[in-house]
Amino acid sequence: MERSNKYQRYHRQTVLKEFGTVAQDKLFQSKVLVVGAGGLGCPALQYLAAAGVGTIGIIDFDVIELTNLQRQTLYNVEDIGKPKAETAAQKLKLFNPDIQFPVYNLKLEPKNALEIIENFDLVIDGSDNFPTRYLVNDACVLLNKPLVYGAVLRFEGQLGVFNLTDNETDSLTNYRDIFPKPPLPSSVLSCNQAGVLGVLPGIIGTMQAAEAIKIITGIGKPLCNKMVTYSLLNNLFYEFSISAAKEKNTAFPKTKSEFLNFDYEWFCGAAHESNEITIVEFEVLRRKEKITIIDIREKGELPLVDEFLFTQIPLSQFEETVSTISKTNKTVIFCQMGKLSRAAVKLLTEKFPTCQAYSLKGGVEALKKHYHKSAQTSQIKPE
Amino acid sequence: MEINVLTFGQVADITSESSLKIPDVKNTDELIQLLEKRYPALKSIQYSIAVNKKMIQENKVLHHEDTVAILPPFSGG
Repeated sequence: MERSNKYQRYHRQTVLKEFGTVAQDKLFQSKVLVVGAGGLGCPALQYLAAAGVGTIGIIDFDVIELTNLQRQTLYNVEDIGKPKAETAAQKLKLFNPDIQFPVYNLKLEPKNALEIIENFDLVIDGSDNFPTRYLVNDACVLLNKPLVYGAVLRFEGQLGVFNLTDNETDSLTNYRDIFPKPPLPSSVLSCNQAGVLGVLPGIIGTMQAAEAIKIITGIGKPLCNKMVTYSLLNNLFYEFSISAAKEKNTAFPKTKSEFLNFDYEWFCGAAHESNEITIVEFEVLRRKEKITIIDIREKGELPLVDEFLFTQIPLSQFEETVSTISKTNKTVIFCQMGKLSRAAVKLLTEKFPTCQAYSLKGGVEALKKHYHKSAQTSQIKPE
Repeated sequence: MEINVLTFGQVADITSESSLKIPDVKNTDELIQLLEKRYPALKSIQYSIAVNKKMIQENKVLHHEDTVAILPPFSGG
């Protein structure tokens, strides 16, 4: 394309003296990944495409539903049932054919996240669940990519920029410095249940695009080390500064291999809060995958457990042996009543924050009761 | 002494007010204890705390007219 034509479309922003063709060239060359083509993703995508960001990646594995249209303004009734990422890319390509739109019609997971995110300069988080938010955050920390965070619920939004230093300090902060632990699933409200006023993700998603444009072009002050909350009902913006949390408070995959082994669904699941799992959850887990099981009772304590294989490390020797425990498998620790095992889990996770260790609730006593009961049921079951 | 408390999201739903005045609390731990006693539903949710617009991770001494904000995470998009 002719050089004069190349800028014509963007005249109203290149005419800004703080912006000019210099900033426009930076946008042309930039690569932004938008995670989630939903309420936040749609407006962010539209404005990034309008601004002339050269490459815009779109990740989403969902299909368009009628109830999405109240806020996901890229789609129309004809699109219902179609995949979001591909549909968004088709519409945006018509809107701005000069832009590349790599489409990822998949669920972002540890095994694919790093190789996708690596290709981009900046990530916009427009996802709609905690496992993805923690995953995107951690991947961006590992790859040192700026992350523009946004979230909405009902009438309130949050916006922040992570992994980017401002000029005033060297400090790098991220989502885990605000919310080190995910909330219990029982207390989490989604837009599905709690609702969201359609215009709200429009506002926050557009602000995410604005932050991305500021970061890429270097104009203004991006929200580094800060988070803003926006109350739509009261027209209130409230800004917080964030400082890096002490390392021991965050269970953070620090290396790529730790990241690949980190189970985000599990981390955000029911077990994390108390680091306890019930017998039933334990049974499901040990059938699903290879786990490390440790008995921390002293040698010779009864009853014996012979229902599965485990390692015995008495609590008295636990601290000195702790480093030999595998950190890649999930670890379940049990004792007689489920109390000392909680202490052992605490000890283990304090030393190795990424270790996914759980205490078996009720200990051997609950275990024996469970097996006794299932043996009885299978006996009385008619053939 | 008196502390201003601002609540957000689910926390505001529980307290049913977006701003509260709380007298005579020495530090954020004491404030949280008092709030959780007054609004037991707070115990079942996760939230973060900011004092005078700075997010904190550990107990912090409070002074007259400090503003404490209590924010829950939410994940909608």
